[in-house]
Order: sequence, then C-alpha cells, then structure tokens
Amino acid sequence: MTAESLPPVVNRGPMVELRDVTAAYRSRPVLDRISLAIGAGERVAVVGPNGAGKSSLLRVISGILKPTGGTALLAGEPIDLMDRGTVARRLAVVPQASTLPFATRVEELVGLGRVPHEDPFRGHRPVDRAAIAAAIDRVGVGHLLGRDARELSLGERQLVLIALAVAQAAPVILLDEPTVHLDIRHQVQVMELLVDLNERDGATVVAVVHDLRFAAHFFGRTVVMDRARIVADDRPARALDAERVREVFGVDADLVRLGLPVAAD
Amino acid sequence: MTAGAGSLRVASAQRSVLERARAHPARLAGASLLALGLTIVLGVGLGSVPVSPADILGILGRHVLGLPIAATWAPAAETIVLELRLPRVLTAVVVGGGLAVAGATFQGLLRNPLADPYVLGTASGAALGAAIAVVIPVRVAILEFGLVQVFAFIGAVAAIAVVYRLSRSGPLAPLTGLLLTGYAVGSLLAAGLSMAMYLSGAGLRQIFSYLLGGLDGSSWLRLAGTTPIIVLGSVAILLRARSLNALLLGEEAAAHLGVDVGRERTILLGLASLVTAAAVSICGLVGFVGLVIPHLVRLVTGPSARRVLPLSALGGAILLVLADVVARLLGEIPVGVVTAVIGAPFFLVILRRARTGYEL
Repeated sequence: MTAESLPPVVNRGPMVELRDVTAAYRSRPVLDRISLAIGAGERVAVVGPNGAGKSSLLRVISGILKPTGGTALLAGEPIDLMDRGTVARRLAVVPQASTLPFATRVEELVGLGRVPHEDPFRGHRPVDRAAIAAAIDRVGVGHLLGRDARELSLGERQLVLIALAVAQAAPVILLDEPTVHLDIRHQVQVMELLVDLNERDGATVVAVVHDLRFAAHFFGRTVVMDRARIVADDRPARALDAERVREVFGVDADLVRLGLPVAAD
Repeated sequence: MTAGAGSLRVASAQRSVLERARAHPARLAGASLLALGLTIVLGVGLGSVPVSPADILGILGRHVLGLPIAATWAPAAETIVLELRLPRVLTAVVVGGGLAVAGATFQGLLRNPLADPYVLGTASGAALGAAIAVVIPVRVAILEFGLVQVFAFIGAVAAIAVVYRLSRSGPLAPLTGLLLTGYAVGSLLAAGLSMAMYLSGAGLRQIFSYLLGGLDGSSWLRLAGTTPIIVLGSVAILLRARSLNALLLGEEAAAHLGVDVGRERTILLGLASLVTAAAVSICGLVGFVGLVIPHLVRLVTGPSARRVLPLSALGGAILLVLADVVARLLGEIPVGVVTAVIGAPFFLVILRRARTGYEL
C-alpha cells in the first residue's frame, strides 16, 4: 500500500502548516516565504542540497526556530502560542544521536519519550511503562534491553531513538537525516520502519532525506528545497524529474538512478 | 585460569547485587537511610571522648523525644553529644547531602560528568568573600553568623550571577558560554583571592582552613540558618527531576520533549547555586562530595534524576559524616583533605569498573 492509495483522511485542516514563513539565523535568511501544508497520515520526504534550509524547515515546524515572518501551525493552532508540553504531545522529533553524558540503558533512553506525558512528581506510571514496552516492541529493539545506549552501533542507536519518538505517542514524527552514517541494511530498515509507522499506525511522517533514491522509493510526497525556498512539492516522479535533479543538485539524474517508474505508481 | 574464573564469578555476583539494587529503588533508599542512621550514631559517638551507642540513644531519647530514661551516663557526655557532636554531625548530613544534590544537578545541567557544585565560580566567589571577611578589620556576628559566613554566601551567589549574566550576552551556545565564562570569572576571582591571602598576614591560616573545608565551626544556630535553604532548594530541584532527565539528550531534544529549556536551566542553576552557597558558607570548600557521590549513585541506579537526586543526598550525607569522623580522629585535620583522599581514589576505581568509560 502506498501513500497515494490511503483512504482520504477526514481532516479539519492540515496537521502541519506553514503560511508564508520566513526565517533567519542571525540575519542570514534560511527560509524564504515558505508555504506548506501536510495532512494527517501523510509521509513526506524533504530533499535538497546542503544549506538549502531543510533542517530549518523542520525546526520551524517543531517550533524551535521562530519565524521572522508568517505563521507555523500545528493541528490548526499557531505553534508559538502553544506551550512546549502541548507541542511535545502532538509532535515528536527523533533526536540526533548526540553523546550521552552518563551511562544510559536502552529502556531508560526510550523512557525519555514519556517526559511529556509522565507525572512531573511521581514519574512513570503503568500507562507510561506500557507505552515504553510497546514502543520497544514496535520498533523491534527488545534484544538491546539492558545495554548501555552509548555502546550500540549507530544503526542500533538510531532505531532506539526512533523507539523513543514512538513512545512519545505523538501523531506527527519529524526526522532529520535518519539514515546518515548507517550501513545500507540499517538504512533500509529505518526507511521500512517509517513506512510501517505511517501506514499501520497512521503517523504523519516528515523526514529530511539525503538519498534521493530513498525519497523516491519510500515516500509518497517529495518536497524539494533549494536556497531557502521550496522549488517543488509533488509525487517523487514529478518532483524529482531529470531536469530538476540537474538544476537543484547539479548532478546528472542518470547518476542517481532513481528507479522512479517502479516507485511512483 | 582458576583465578580468572573466580574473579569472573565475583564480578557476576557483584553485578547481580547491583541489578537487584537497581530493580528495587525503594529498598535501596531504605538501606541508605538505615546506613545514614548508623553513620550518625557513629559520628556522634567517636571523638576524643567516645560515647557509647547506648548512651547516645539514651541521651537522644531523653532530650529529643522526652522519654523517661534514667541518666546512666556522665553529665559531660550529655554536653558533648547535644552541644558539640550532634550539631556537627547534622551539619555534615545537611551539607554533604546538599553538595551531592547540587553536584548531580550541575552535572546534568551542563551535561558534563566532570562538573561539580563549584564548576561555575561559586567556589572562587565564596573563597574570595571569606578571605575579604578575614582581611578587613571588622568583626561582627549576628546569631553566630560572622562576616566569613555571610561574605562567603554572598560571594558564591554573586559569582554565579555574574557568570550567568555574562554568558547570556555572548555569542556562544548556552552551555559552552556558561562553562567558559565560569572559568574566566573563576580565574579572576582566584587572582583576588591570592591577593587577599598575600595581604592577610596572621589570617592566612583561617583563609586556608576555609579553602580546605571543615565542620569544626558547626553550631545549632548556623545549622538552623542554612538548613532551610539547603533542604528547600534540594526539594525544589527534585521536583524538577523531569527536566534534568530530558536534558540527558541535549538542550534541543529536551525542548522537543516539552521542556522549556531556558527557564528550567535558569531555575535549576539558581537553586543548585543557592544550595552550594549555603553549604560552603558554614563549612568551607569541601571537595569531592559533589563530584563523586552522584557518579557512584548513577552506577547503581542509572541516570534518572528522580533516583539520583534523593540517593545522592543520602550518599553525600553519609560520606561527609564519615569523612568528618576521620578528620576528628586524626586531630582536626581539614575535612576537605579527607574527602579528597577518600574520594579521588574511589572515583578512579569507579571509572575503571564502569562498563564504559565516561566520555568527555
């Protein structure tokens, strides 16, 4: 089942919406009048060359980067008016694999996904423990329990971090280059997991993806960014045609071999 | 070969003890409380005039709980226990616990295993304050709080406030800015401290004993004056354990987990600094408690601040009471020397036994 054949979602407007958003880091513009609407249950790949503004796009969607112009909405509400806890219950961002300061077991790391839900004083309740167990099971990292997360391979760690986001139980999941540094088996495993979370659990998935083949193969919709703007937003077959790949990425499309006819329909 | 298998068995037995402790945090807390109680009795009993545990319990039962116990002990024992040892031991409990909680907080907040309560300038600020109080020819005391205690407290709080303000106005990332600013301000204050020591003349020994830390100046009034700050501050930190847990993943990831990172950082920094300032104002710069104890606790319980903070409080209290007993038995050497001598090798052992090295 591909994203296109999903039944239409009864939707009171998009889950994620940017209206004419402009953003800058220290007066360097990183997003230039971006408009984007992503409905519940969509699976969207964001592609573009380095410095195109992909990560900034995710940071505006998650409310970490405040737009200098325009509005970012989450489930119809302006995100800058929501408190961080409410945002975290609606939107999970798979963390970057950063260095943990202390030895942390896999289950403890996944348990951090419950921070927005847990009782601030008493900590994890049975419902939290059930969500942690379910997320570990769902992502298939049960064999890693008890291990120090800092000893895992990068591929294993990425799966555990995705399990953390699953435990967060938010309808929207954002990922910034989830397959970077992974071997090909783990890359495919991560991509298939994203497809599965989207199709079986109905999660809205937005991922910055570097590999155009993965964007074409695993996602129903591709947003192409270049120099702080969205230059295409369509099905992969149309968004990533040979001319645009040459224009935006500066490489011959043959080199990338997207295999689009198979993936597109 | 045999020796190898034996040590393997020993290692796995130790591992399973750790695992059981980890699986039952309530039992671990109960055992720690019991250990603290025994340590307190030990701390009150030992000294140049030993008092037996039975007499200690009798004196406490009679005077604290008002029980009708016949006095079978010498009147001097009563004075020693109630006026000298008990305030001193309880000061060690409160200060040791507070320093360990502050250390765990700074380590979590700065995401740095080498952080301790003194890392952002509180120590140099307090030391300079104390040194100035010694050097200037003014002696006043209100409720047993002299200029040394007051200036040390003010110095610690002022130093951290300056570090915090300066780090916010710079272009660096918040954590890097805090650490580097703390280092710079600390160095500047250390220069002032050196100058004060150079000028101090006969007061040098007093300044020095402040720098090494000691509990010989403990009294009921000083304890009563600082305990509320340390206890309330520690409890307030414990109530924000969730934020410290989220910060394990880094500041941006913590924000994605619903934590208002800027606000929580400010509050936790303020609370941990107040606790530290109150502790060092009455005991001087007791080292290593705030560094070692949280690591030791994490080794047993894992990184969750909800467990690390209360168990660190108990562990810090136990360590400082024991260190003070040793300091007392060795003829009132500075307790900071004892904590360093116990703490540093201990820390090295922990680092070697930990399954993975601590990354910096």
